[in-house]
Amino acid sequence: MGGIDLALSRGGIHGLAGESGSGKTMTALAVLGLLPGGMTASGSIRLADTEGPGAGSDSGFTELVGAPRGVLQGVRGRRVAMVFQDPSTSLHPQLPVGRQLTDHMRHHLGLGKPEARAKAEALLDRVRVPDARGALSKYPHQFSGGQRQRIAIAVALACDPTVLLADEPTTALDVTVQAGVLQLLRELADGGDLSILLVTHDLGVMSAVADEVTVMRQGLVVESAPRQQLFTAPRDEYTRSLLAALPGSSFEQAGEDAR
Amino acid sequence: MSERIAAERDGAVPSGGRPVLEAEGIVVEYGRRPALRAVDGVGFTVAAGEVVALVGESGCGKSSLARAIVGIEKRKAGTVRLKGDDVPTLGLRRRSSAMTGMQMVFQDPNSSLNPRRRIGDQIGDGVRAALARGDRGSDPADWLRRVGLDPAMVSRFPHEFSGGQKQRIAIARALAARPGMLVADEPISALDASTQTSVAALMRSLSVEAGAGMLFISHDLSVVRRIADRVLVMYQGRVVESGVTETVWQNPLHPYTRALLAAIPLPDGAGRLPLAPAEADRLAWLDEVPAALERTTA
Ligand SMILES: Nc1ncnc2c1ncn2[C@@H]1O[C@H](COP(=O)(O)OP(=O)(O)OP(=O)(O)O)[C@@H](O)[C@H]1O
Ligand SMILES: Nc1ncnc2c1ncn2[C@@H]1O[C@H](COP(=O)(O)OP(=O)(O)OP(=O)(O)O)[C@@H](O)[C@H]1O
Ligand SMILES: [Mg+2]
Ligand SMILES: [Mg+2]
Repeated sequence: MGGIDLALSRGGIHGLAGESGSGKTMTALAVLGLLPGGMTASGSIRLADTEGPGAGSDSGFTELVGAPRGVLQGVRGRRVAMVFQDPSTSLHPQLPVGRQLTDHMRHHLGLGKPEARAKAEALLDRVRVPDARGALSKYPHQFSGGQRQRIAIAVALACDPTVLLADEPTTALDVTVQAGVLQLLRELADGGDLSILLVTHDLGVMSAVADEVTVMRQGLVVESAPRQQLFTAPRDEYTRSLLAALPGSSFEQAGEDAR
Repeated sequence: MSERIAAERDGAVPSGGRPVLEAEGIVVEYGRRPALRAVDGVGFTVAAGEVVALVGESGCGKSSLARAIVGIEKRKAGTVRLKGDDVPTLGLRRRSSAMTGMQMVFQDPNSSLNPRRRIGDQIGDGVRAALARGDRGSDPADWLRRVGLDPAMVSRFPHEFSGGQKQRIAIARALAARPGMLVADEPISALDASTQTSVAALMRSLSVEAGAGMLFISHDLSVVRRIADRVLVMYQGRVVESGVTETVWQNPLHPYTRALLAAIPLPDGAGRLPLAPAEADRLAWLDEVPAALERTTA
């Protein structure tokens, strides 16, 4: 992979699409310094400070590439949270769901036990996990694939992060439940305190919530544009072919004719 | 590409005779006091060369039903027959060679793949299962090529692959076993549209050619529309609508099916959020609509 340039604006949703295996997950993992052994990131990944002396100015940022472990640990889960593509990576199999949500809140936000539980229950409710209170004492394996995915989203949101890296967060959801999750993400971003990197291969999802869209192929960015421009006037050949493969896009007809 | 799949679909005449798979009155429950009834009396058949899609709300019981069908989840009630033989509830490893004629691709590819074995060896397990049943052998590297991966990757381990690549390896392993019945639980959910189209076409054409049946669980309704002859729509443990895919699509009768089709986000670039159903609407989804079941083209 080489030369990926991405910027997340405050309160914006930046979509990342592209071929399977093109490097979308690795891009997100690089931000948190979680690349698998043998891979290293070079370049620069800067996280704007929200507190401290430089907050709000151009100089107030934390460099994440090559940052010491302590810095990355302070950032992970607190300022930058991730929903992993595989929900089993986000969740600990041997801990009840409630603990996974409240431990972080108590540690990072200093909440008391009852407050943390109440917040956890409210979060589960928002992502439509049935019987949110009862769910707190269950283990991940007692949920369906899509329920686990929603729990992972709740865990990521638990500590009010400023950046959410969401890697295919709705693949296991039917479209009715997905609609609720997309609404939640949009509301959180519109609130202005959260910026989202949304990795999704689903261009319908992309079209619904992304403000900016970047398309990757074989480890490279092939195109990056505001949503509407990307969907209506794609410049790159690969982006065009992706849109042509879709039912309901303005390019479908043209795509079929071309074949 | 979509046209090619459609053409094949019309050409697939389910052979008369006995269905490949017959499931009747399946019930799956979890826990006790109170038990959670995840699957509440579901029955369906899959004919030779037929693709049946199973769609429904997240948590409605699709994976539970799939596991009960292949016999790795305890059935509280109901029977499953594969080409006329009862499918027992046993661990996957203890299945007789006849039962390897039914293969499953799990929703989480990590459950389909062993993290400690090279992927070529794991696809080789599928090849050996086919040979043991007297079916044709094949080359694992060739399967990788067919699912759009580099054949030279046979000696890699699962963790060296992306999410969508792992899904394709799990599919390759299952197809290499040349199953007479394939149960695939969200098998291509992580793939981009063009890879999805070609892998779905591969899965479909292999089943049609071999006269195999396929149960295809998916949240991606456009893929379902492209590859399934018939569709089962599930809500809270029950099938609420079923029948010929195009019929259900053009004129959904059950309120859940309607809500589902209305919530598909369109890739038009307009930035419109799909409609999340209101709480009050969900109550109606529990209704039975007898006319919505077993719908034919009429
Ligand atoms: N641990 C690893 N060792 C070596 N190569 C790896 C490893 N993990 C991933 N890769 C390779 O890196 C490339 C990028 O992977 P990545 O997971 O970022 O893809 P992706 O765009 O997220 O794909 P998908 O949509 O299928 O999830 C892939 O070609 C993959 O084979
Ligand atoms: N091992 C288990 N123990 C207890 N409850 C379970 C278990 N597995 C599933 N359930 C519950 O059974 C119901 C059906 O789950 P299932 O996994 O079959 O749903 P699904 O339709 O596959 O959903 P998804 O689309 O999210 O994967 C869910 O409410 C889930 O919480
Ligand atoms: Mg990925
Ligand atoms: Mg499932």
